Amino acid sequence: MPRTPLEPRFTVEYLSILDSDGNLDSALEPDLSASELKRLYRAMLLGRRLDERMVRLQRQGRIGTFAPIKGQEASQLGSVCTLRPTDWMVPSFRETAAMLWRGWPIEKLLMTFAGQLEGTQPAPDQHDLPITIPVATQLPHAVGLAYAAQYRGDDVVVMAYFGDGATSEGDFHEALNFAGVWHVPVVFVCQNNQWAISVPLKKQTHSRTIAQKALAYGLPGLQVDGNDVLAVYAASKEAVDRAREGGGPTLIECVTYRLGVHTTADDPTKYRSEEEVREWERKDPLTRFVEYLRKKNLLEEGLEQQVDAEIAAAVKRFEAMAPPDVLTMFDHAYAEKPPELLAQRDELAGRLRGPDDAGSAPEPPSSPPMRGQRKTSRWQN
Amino acid sequence: MAVMTYREALNLALREEMKRDPRVFVIGEEVGLYEGAYKVTQGLLKEFGPKRVVDTPIAESGFTGVGIGASMVGLRPVIEMMTFNFALLALDQIVNSAAKMYYMSGGQYNVPIVIRGPGGPAHQLAAQHSQSMEVYFYHVPGLKVVRPSTPMDAKGLLKAAIRDDNPVVFIESETLYAVKGEVPEDPEFVIPLGEAIVRREGRDVTVVAYMGMMYRAMEAAEELEKEGISVEIVDPRTLRPMDAGTIIGSVRKTHRAVVVEAGAGFAGMGSEIAAFIMEHAFDDLDAPVERVTGANAPMPYARGLERAKTPSKERIMEAIRRVCYAERS
Repeated sequence: MPRTPLEPRFTVEYLSILDSDGNLDSALEPDLSASELKRLYRAMLLGRRLDERMVRLQRQGRIGTFAPIKGQEASQLGSVCTLRPTDWMVPSFRETAAMLWRGWPIEKLLMTFAGQLEGTQPAPDQHDLPITIPVATQLPHAVGLAYAAQYRGDDVVVMAYFGDGATSEGDFHEALNFAGVWHVPVVFVCQNNQWAISVPLKKQTHSRTIAQKALAYGLPGLQVDGNDVLAVYAASKEAVDRAREGGGPTLIECVTYRLGVHTTADDPTKYRSEEEVREWERKDPLTRFVEYLRKKNLLEEGLEQQVDAEIAAAVKRFEAMAPPDVLTMFDHAYAEKPPELLAQRDELAGRLRGPDDAGSAPEPPSSPPMRGQRKTSRWQN
Repeated sequence: MAVMTYREALNLALREEMKRDPRVFVIGEEVGLYEGAYKVTQGLLKEFGPKRVVDTPIAESGFTGVGIGASMVGLRPVIEMMTFNFALLALDQIVNSAAKMYYMSGGQYNVPIVIRGPGGPAHQLAAQHSQSMEVYFYHVPGLKVVRPSTPMDAKGLLKAAIRDDNPVVFIESETLYAVKGEVPEDPEFVIPLGEAIVRREGRDVTVVAYMGMMYRAMEAAEELEKEGISVEIVDPRTLRPMDAGTIIGSVRKTHRAVVVEAGAGFAGMGSEIAAFIMEHAFDDLDAPVERVTGANAPMPYARGLERAKTPSKERIMEAIRRVCYAERS
C-alpha cells in the first residue's frame, strides 16, 4: 500500500499589519476608533514608563525583584484590550501592562513587588488571577476557569499569558490538550520574547514556530508580529470572538523581544549580544505605533508628562503606606485558623509586644514533679 | 444506620453532596463510564451526567490544575487520583497552587477542592504504587489531610472535606474498600475535620494508628488484653489539622505511647506525633515513645517481602510490651 498524505493539511499563518518601518497593510487595518487608538497608546506608554521607573525603584532598594516588560507592550495590550471586564485574565509574572489595563492600580503593583500581600489581591469584582511564579502552572487554571464558565453557562472568555519557555512545560501541553478536548473558551497568548532567562528559543524547542504546537491539540495556532499592536489586536479579537461564539480555544504566538533584563536579578550581557538588542530596539512596538498615530494626527501633547505624573503620585502614595502588619502572615493560610496556627500567631503577637508587657508573654512551661522512674534528674547526680 | 462497605460509603457521600450542591462535580481518570478504577464513582455518570462526572485525559497535573481553576470561581470539584501515588505528577499544582492561592491572592480566591483516591500499602502493588502518600502533603501549610479508617468515617469525613473551603487531600486505601461497617444514612451526617477518635479504651498504653494499621493495632490490643495489658487506640482521622488534644489527653491517662504507621518511618507521621507528645506530655510519660513503621526501603513486589516491610501485629505487640516494660524474656 502506498503512503498517502492525510487530510486536512495544517497551516500556520503569520500576521503583520504595521511593520517596524511603519508600513501599513491597510486592507488588514483593524477598525479601531480614534479614542480606542489613543487609549491603547496611552496604556503602552504607561506600561513602558512604569516599567522603567520600577527598575529604578528596585535599583534604589525601594521595591524587590521585578520582571520588566520593556518591549512587550504591544503583545500585552493588543491582546488584553479585546477582553470584557467580565472575562478572565490569567497572568504569569511579566504582565504589568496587561494588569494596568485590567484596572490594577499602580500602587498595588508596587506593593506586589515590595512584598505587601494586599498588592496581589484582585478587587472583588475583578476577573483576574494573581501573578504566578512556577512556569506554565497557571495554564490549567485558565482551562478550569473556562470549564467553570461552560458549566454555569456564563458568557466568559479566558485569556492566559505565558512565555516561550513555558511551552516546554508539561502544564502547557496538558492545558492545550484539555482545552482542545473540551472545546472551552480560552485564548492562550504566548509572548515569545526569544529568551527564557539565558536560554534562547532555538534551545527551547526544535519547532519552527510556537504557534504550530496548537495544531497537535486540534486548535488553531497563529503567529503574529508581537511588536505590532494592530496585528496582536486583530489576532486576539478574532480568537476572543471565536471563543465567545463557542468556537473553542486558540493559541496566539506573539513574536516579540524582552529588551530588558529577565528580572532585576539578571544580567543579560552575559548571554546575548548588544547587537541583537539594538536590532530589536529598531523594532520597538512604541516607535512604529507613534508614527502610525502621528500620521492620523492622534498624538496628544504632554502625554509623557501626564503619565509620569500619574506614576509619581502612585509612588508617593505607595511609599506613604505603613509596612505590612507582621501578624498578617497567618491570615490566609487557611480559610479559618487551625489551633496550631493560632498558637503560633499568639506567640508571635506576645513577642512583638516586647518584654515591657510581661503579662502577655507566653508562660514558660512549668516543671511538675517527674513521675515514676524519672523522679531523679540526671543533672543532680 | 445501614451496613455498607467503605467503597459504598464514599459513593454515598459523593452522591449526597452532588445532590445537595450543584457546584460539586467529580473529575479524574476513568471516573465516568468506567465508574472509577475502584468503582467509587459507581452510578454517578448515569445520575448526574457528563458535565458533573468528567472523564479526563491522563494528565494528573492538568486535571488538578483545571479543578483548582474551577474552584476559584466557586465550583467544588472532587478530583480523583486513580492511586495517590500518581498525585506526585500533580505535586506542583497541589503544593504551589492549591495550597497557596488563598494566601497569594490576599484571601480573594479560596480553593475548595478535594483530591481523593487510594494510597498506602495494599496487596502487591509494588514500589511505585504502595506509598503512604500523606507524608508528602501534611507538611504543606494550606492543605488539610484526611485518612479515614472506617466506612462511617469515609462518609462523614468526605462530606466534611467537600464542604470545607480549603483544599483537602483525602487518602483512602485499596485494602479498606471492601471493609463493611455501620454508616448513618442521614444526609446531614458529617464528621468535622480535625477530630480524632478513641477507637478502643484502655488504661496502660496509647497506640496512635490509622487505616490498615489501626485494624492491626486493634488485633494486637485484643491479644495483649489476655496478657493483662490494656491498650487504648486513638485514630487521628485528620492528620492536618491534627487533633493533638485527644492524643495528648490519652497519653496523660496511660503515660505510654506507641505510634504505628504503614509507610517508611523516616520523617513520617510517627516522628511528628512522637515530637508533640514529647513537647506537650513529656512529664506524663513513663517510657520513651515508640514508633513502629515500615522499613525505610521501597516497597517490594514479592508477597513475602511486602509483608515483611509493613509493620506486623507482632511488631506492634512487641513495641507495646516494651513501653510497658513487659518484655517477655
